[in-house]
Amino acid sequence: MAVLEIVGVTKRFGSLLANDGITLSLDEGEILALLGENGAGKTTLMNILFGHYTADQGHILVRGQILAPGSPDAAIAAGIGMVHQHFTLADNLSVLENVILGRESLWSWRQDKTRGRDHILKMARDFGLEVDPDALISQLSIGERQRVEILKALYGDARVLILDEPTAVLTPQETASLFETLRRLVAQGRSVVIISHKLHEILSVSDRVAVLRRGAIVGTVMTADADRDSLAELMVGRSVVRPKAEPMEPGDEVLRFHAVSLGEAKLDAVDLSVRAHQIVGIAGVAGNGQADLANLISGLARPSAGHIELFGETPARLTPQSVIAAGVGRIPEDRNAVGVIGAMTVWENLSAEDIRKPPASRYGFFLDAPAARRRAAALIEAYDVRCKGPDAETGLLSGGNIQKLILARALSREPKLILANQPARGLDEGAIAYVHERLLAARARGAGILLITEDLDEIMALADRVAVIYRGRLSESHAVSEVTVPELGLMMAGQQSERPRHAV
Amino acid sequence: MDVIEILATVGFWAATLRIASPLIFATLGELICERAGVLNLGIEGIMTMGAMAGWMWVFKGGDLWGGVLFAASVGGAFGLLHAVFTVYFGLSQHVVGIGITLLASSLSFFLFRMILPAATTPPKITAFQVYEVPYLVDIPFIGQAFFTQTPLTYLAIAIVPVVWYGLYRTPVGLAVRMAGENPAAVEAQGIDVLAVRGGAVVVGSALMAVGGAFLTMSAFDAFYFGMVNGRGWICIALVIFASWRPVKALLGALLFAGLDALQVRAQQISGLVIPYQFFLMLPFVLSIVAMIFMSRRATYPKALLVPFRRGERI
Amino acid sequence: MRFEPRERVSVLAATVAPVAGVAAALLLCSVLILWTGESVVEAYWLLLKGAFGTKFAITETLSRATPLILTGLAAAVAFRAKFWNIGAEGQLYCGALAATWVGTGLLTLPPVLMIPLLFLAGALGGGAAMLVPVVLKNRLRVDEVVTTLLLNFVILLFVSYLLEGPLKDPMLMGWPQAAPIIDEGVLPRLVERSRLHLGLVVAVAAALLVWLVMTFTVWGYEIRAVGHNAVAAAFSGININRTIIRTALFSGGLAGMAGVTEVAGLKGYLTLDLSPGFGYAGIAVAMLAQLHPIGVLASALFLSAIYVGADSMSRGVNIPTYIADVLVATSMLAVVLSIMLARYRIRFN
Repeated sequence: MAVLEIVGVTKRFGSLLANDGITLSLDEGEILALLGENGAGKTTLMNILFGHYTADQGHILVRGQILAPGSPDAAIAAGIGMVHQHFTLADNLSVLENVILGRESLWSWRQDKTRGRDHILKMARDFGLEVDPDALISQLSIGERQRVEILKALYGDARVLILDEPTAVLTPQETASLFETLRRLVAQGRSVVIISHKLHEILSVSDRVAVLRRGAIVGTVMTADADRDSLAELMVGRSVVRPKAEPMEPGDEVLRFHAVSLGEAKLDAVDLSVRAHQIVGIAGVAGNGQADLANLISGLARPSAGHIELFGETPARLTPQSVIAAGVGRIPEDRNAVGVIGAMTVWENLSAEDIRKPPASRYGFFLDAPAARRRAAALIEAYDVRCKGPDAETGLLSGGNIQKLILARALSREPKLILANQPARGLDEGAIAYVHERLLAARARGAGILLITEDLDEIMALADRVAVIYRGRLSESHAVSEVTVPELGLMMAGQQSERPRHAV
Repeated sequence: MDVIEILATVGFWAATLRIASPLIFATLGELICERAGVLNLGIEGIMTMGAMAGWMWVFKGGDLWGGVLFAASVGGAFGLLHAVFTVYFGLSQHVVGIGITLLASSLSFFLFRMILPAATTPPKITAFQVYEVPYLVDIPFIGQAFFTQTPLTYLAIAIVPVVWYGLYRTPVGLAVRMAGENPAAVEAQGIDVLAVRGGAVVVGSALMAVGGAFLTMSAFDAFYFGMVNGRGWICIALVIFASWRPVKALLGALLFAGLDALQVRAQQISGLVIPYQFFLMLPFVLSIVAMIFMSRRATYPKALLVPFRRGERI
Repeated sequence: MRFEPRERVSVLAATVAPVAGVAAALLLCSVLILWTGESVVEAYWLLLKGAFGTKFAITETLSRATPLILTGLAAAVAFRAKFWNIGAEGQLYCGALAATWVGTGLLTLPPVLMIPLLFLAGALGGGAAMLVPVVLKNRLRVDEVVTTLLLNFVILLFVSYLLEGPLKDPMLMGWPQAAPIIDEGVLPRLVERSRLHLGLVVAVAAALLVWLVMTFTVWGYEIRAVGHNAVAAAFSGININRTIIRTALFSGGLAGMAGVTEVAGLKGYLTLDLSPGFGYAGIAVAMLAQLHPIGVLASALFLSAIYVGADSMSRGVNIPTYIADVLVATSMLAVVLSIMLARYRIRFN
């Protein structure tokens, strides 16, 4: 019997049609994968299922009963549990408190923490999700936090578990462990919906795949009958080939880290080298020091030991201004919170890094809006930023277009060193291909690129060399042609592989 | 008399408790609001309104505890107004808070003038009388110092463990704390974030108003303009000083009140040498110092000042 | 229920919203007026007449608007950077103090030099009052809301001490008041037999200056950027600390100038009741103007009309003058809400 039936669900946000008449069902004991590129509408659909949003049209049946819309309470009561992509956990509170929140009536005068603790420990044992109930979330690693997020969903005896991009923050080994847990859950008669855009993972864990494209279901296949290429084509609607790097002779060194350390344990004696015409990839699971590395190069942090060489010189202090002036282009990890100011216009954001120089201003004081607008119009054209013009409000642009704006700002002055931090995260295939093309073009022109990313496919396709960051320590870098993904995965988890390596 | 001698008098400690009482109520009230993620800058106005409301109830013939309840209700009503604007509509908590302070203050002065058009000395009401706790009052020194207070002071002390228990040992308290750390987590568990935050602001504001009512119904026995005199703002500093913890809030209020009581007595001694204005400045200067001291280590509730907009594209 | 940003916010909506808010406030306050037993129409009519009915009334309204324009600008500039300066009241007094120190006999210069000097002193005085809060914020991350607020009380007490002591005018019998500003420093009257003085011109000029800086200079850009998103602004190379300091000094300086207009224009000498809350009212002025410097001119005039009109109205009908403050506070809240409704659509689902 179908445990879940989604019937004709449609959802709009303003002029954006996020979900278009979606009809889908889930059987008991099944692992259904919801596949689609970023922006296809997968998360929106699951948010409707879980009650974060209300559908404009359509309804949902859980075991034949209509599910009351717009209420996570109703979803939880119906046995639906959700493991969110961005964890819904409070850092300053304990695991126990995060899990038992809302499980007892808010009108009750007493809180039964012992029962909660026992239940958590029992579930942890049953499903292999070991965690200390009294630890504060801030003390846990990302993988452990995800375990808490799963425990939260299961605590209410959820029969249908939704996981939204669960493997984005896991090493390959942790991913395998998660999938093992899912199989155990399903063996007990529960059902799982897993949202992902990673083809090989979907192929390895799911029973059936529903493919979403531009808000509509374009196909449902049994996993056994599918392969990477057919799924990729369904997902994007055309055969998409992501650009790959061609081998190139590296030039002079543009960036060098000499035993750089930061803080107590954020970064520990990191050695790094990037040369012109070269892309060096830094692989690693989020939270191992990538942000600190990026901040050092961006001029937002100062090393506590060691020094940084930029284009052969060792500046005393790096600030965002000095780094920009020296010819470094930076693509930040969080385009919305750090990369642009949503409330300001496109031309204002494009001029943000050189506002005190022509054409944006004269004598470093008087804004020259007409000249800045003209330059912005040229950049919009050159970098294919889809917007209403230089005066458009940046926050209204789509993620892909915001990233193109950032690319325009970072690359148009032909920087000799580029820091690209998760440049393709959350983008649809078309935008990803564009970003990669631009980066490769910059490399061909002579830039050295430091590519920090959690996506191993991206590194294998673009980078010349790769190093793995784990707990603030950077491994030796290896030529990409000489490593395999499983080996990288081991290093990301802190384990070295056996094979001997060549020196840098 | 030097400082040690002052500390040895019963009068000093009794005064400390008395001065601390409105601060305890108001600091706890603000603490609850901020724990839920809402900065309530309406505190000064709500305290003024509470002072006026309590006084008015008794002046019009009502009983004292009825007055306290009335003040609390009025405070809660202003809290509801604040919550509708900041929690429901997600407007700037700074701007709305100042607006509420201006509104509550001016409304209380307006109503007071309506009731008493003649601008002469305000009439007195029969305020709470000192209640000597039997047996305990006979303990030497401590009895006279701590157990000869008005009932509202005893209530203030009693409220502290209640708030502590409410925040740390009940499901709703956990929801309030979570709303101030990560409201998305609250929503994901099926709880209405707006209701939790709004409820916290209403309850907190009610407490603040009781703190104001203490001034007219316990400390002095009349209402006059400028009565609250910045106590509300001092309580905001005290909340930070107390790291958003109820017990520390009590200690902070007592410490502060003690320094204030000390200052009053020291003024009497050396008033001829140092002008009285400098003594009056002390509470405010100390509040700033307290904030400097604590800001280094302050672990703000993570979602403080961040509005929660339901259904925004996640 | 959720809020969806409207795709286009028409200019019409942006200007109608504050007016709608004010209308709602007038409506709500009419309830209060009804409760006093007076006629709403008569009360508002007296208010209007009191503010604009005679030539003298208009000059009163304009002269009351002068300090409100300046404190409104102070709040508008600071709030643009999300620097919550609630200390305009204290900064005003610091400006008045500085003008008193310079203008009661320290130097004697011809008016064309003396008057600008007084304003400069006032601006520096107001800016100086900002130093402590701004340093505390930049170095120690101490919230500026509480520090600026608490400083108001400290400054007022300090002024009280000075007026009873070192600054006390020896000519007067015991009344705490400073010596008068010398003739060369007194701001000339703009209209005969009225209290309207040159300060109004200075205030309007200040509004224009603020508008020019905010719209056409790099400083204005940086202030706006930091106010919208300080993290992104830092990333793009803007020096946050320096921007905050600049904003704070600018803001404090404007409030300080308000003190000068009162001391050297309206009253002629420093007293403790120089400002009946102009600093706090400035916040309402700024919010009603949506932080726009030219809009501040209109909203300051509006608030001033209410205050002046209410004074006059209370003599004709039996309504306490506090109705003015209630009206201002209600307007502020109503306008903040109506602006939001103009920018967002409500979706019930």
